[in-house]
Amino acid sequence: MSLDRTDVDKIAHLARLQIEEQDAPEYAQNLSNILDLVDQMQAIDTTNVLPMAHPLDAVQRLRSDLVTEENQRELLQSVAPAVENGLFLVPKVIE
Amino acid sequence: MFDKTLAELAAGLKTGQFSSVELTQAYLARIKAEDTKYNSFISVTDDLALEQAAAADSLIAAGDAGTFTGLPIAHKDIFCTQGVRTSCASKMLDNFISPYNATVVDKFNQAGAVTLGKTNMDEFAMGSSNESSFYGPCKNPWNTDCVPGGSSGGSAAAVSAQLTPAATGSDTGGSIRQPAALCGITGLKPTYGRVSRYGMIAFASSLDQGGPMTKTAEDAALMLNVMAGFDKRDSTSADRDVPDYTADLTKPLDGLRIGLPKEFFSGDINADIAAQTQAAIKEFEKLGATVKEVSLPNTALSIPAYYIIAPAEASSNLSRFDGVRYGYRCEDPVDLEDLYKRSRGEGFGPEVKRRILVGAYALSEGFYDAYYNKAQQIRRLIRDDFTKVLSEVDVIMGPTTPHPAFKIGEKSSDPVAMYMEDIFTLSLNLAGLPGMSIPCGTVDGLPTGLQIIGDYFAEQKLLNVAHQFQLATDWHKQSPQGI
Repeated sequence: MSLDRTDVDKIAHLARLQIEEQDAPEYAQNLSNILDLVDQMQAIDTTNVLPMAHPLDAVQRLRSDLVTEENQRELLQSVAPAVENGLFLVPKVIE
Repeated sequence: MFDKTLAELAAGLKTGQFSSVELTQAYLARIKAEDTKYNSFISVTDDLALEQAAAADSLIAAGDAGTFTGLPIAHKDIFCTQGVRTSCASKMLDNFISPYNATVVDKFNQAGAVTLGKTNMDEFAMGSSNESSFYGPCKNPWNTDCVPGGSSGGSAAAVSAQLTPAATGSDTGGSIRQPAALCGITGLKPTYGRVSRYGMIAFASSLDQGGPMTKTAEDAALMLNVMAGFDKRDSTSADRDVPDYTADLTKPLDGLRIGLPKEFFSGDINADIAAQTQAAIKEFEKLGATVKEVSLPNTALSIPAYYIIAPAEASSNLSRFDGVRYGYRCEDPVDLEDLYKRSRGEGFGPEVKRRILVGAYALSEGFYDAYYNKAQQIRRLIRDDFTKVLSEVDVIMGPTTPHPAFKIGEKSSDPVAMYMEDIFTLSLNLAGLPGMSIPCGTVDGLPTGLQIIGDYFAEQKLLNVAHQFQLATDWHKQSPQGI
């Protein structure tokens, strides 16, 4: 599996990750090497093998529908880059 | 004093040989004087440590002390620590003062431990060399031209250089065991779910597990007694009783059945490491164990399966770093997309970006079945191999790593070469099994590790086996030259 520049740009966009122009060829090369490595998997027959998502096959725990957490908005927003009136500020998204 | 174990220091505190404040001051001074050589700490928390030490001394004076009261430790900088920068060794979190504690940190605080500081690591725990840290590489105290291993490289180096008696670590693919092996210390990755992941910054959630990094197996048992336990804040925490991990340490090993997977002794492995592992096995035979060859046929597949599953989960976990709620934000974003892309592009280092890209690709439309689903199927094959072998033997042993510590820079330009070093450790995380690394020799002046693998929740057994080895040998007492 070999990835080119266009592939890297497409994946980087999906991941909302800026890749500098000059770094793109190296990422394409690195990613192609990694994909070559993982392609070893394709040689193995896994017909009828159930995918394993959790080592102990655990299931999601449920709890009563009760409020258990206190409101800590001020504390948690104390580390935000930009806040006003308890809201996170971002560049304008709606005209 | 700096060569003392947690158990010895606890005895010293109890009998009044020294106070926790004296002990803490001594370690803080040693870190200041010595760590310029190793770069094993990202933050040293002097004020917090001295405050905790003073509180511990009051408890000791009042006769209210527990085993851990007043003992200094360090936390890997992946564990959120309230009021302290918790960076995960990333520019992304360089400005992040955690508003809350990880459960592991809370538990140590409640046990009366003293936090000396936060240790260096690979950025977001992604690496096997500690070279991807935003704060610069950490160096191996046995040879400062070499890596300490990773990702918990700072914790391993700090224990090895006697800058802290013990430290916490986290292990997603070997990140406790591999640096423990490369720095000549004891490291334990517990069963998946045994130690809470709450507040331990997520890398790959189905693989991540916190654990102790110490001088001895006995100390690892003391640490695990504090760390282990059910936590409702961790959705995959194991809801099982926690035994006293020190209770079985002294059991004799008569009749212990050891399995040696033939796949762990073939292929690209340093001949001296293979020989030392065999010598360690001989020692266990002297202690009454029996040995048989076993097979884990899918061992080699753990690398491709891991390097899909871990990046896929990482790409999902790391989507939270968006420059909006906490962490790094780029200057003057023109619009929201620019804010996301540049905050992430500027905040993450190259290895983190590589893994996000691999993960996003593996999860993208049209590729999910060929990559993620396939890897999860292989994961089951790997787990089934272990289950079969562990029905025939009590523990599995082999080398922790195929080679001793490599030179800083030697593998940093070739991610795939770096990934191959994880061959013996990855499969345990995929299966969720517990594993330990203990020192068992040296090659060219660099330490090597013996890996001991047990069944689910068999940490007591692993600690017993490791402790008996350490009573019979002194590899764990060796220190780097000049320390």
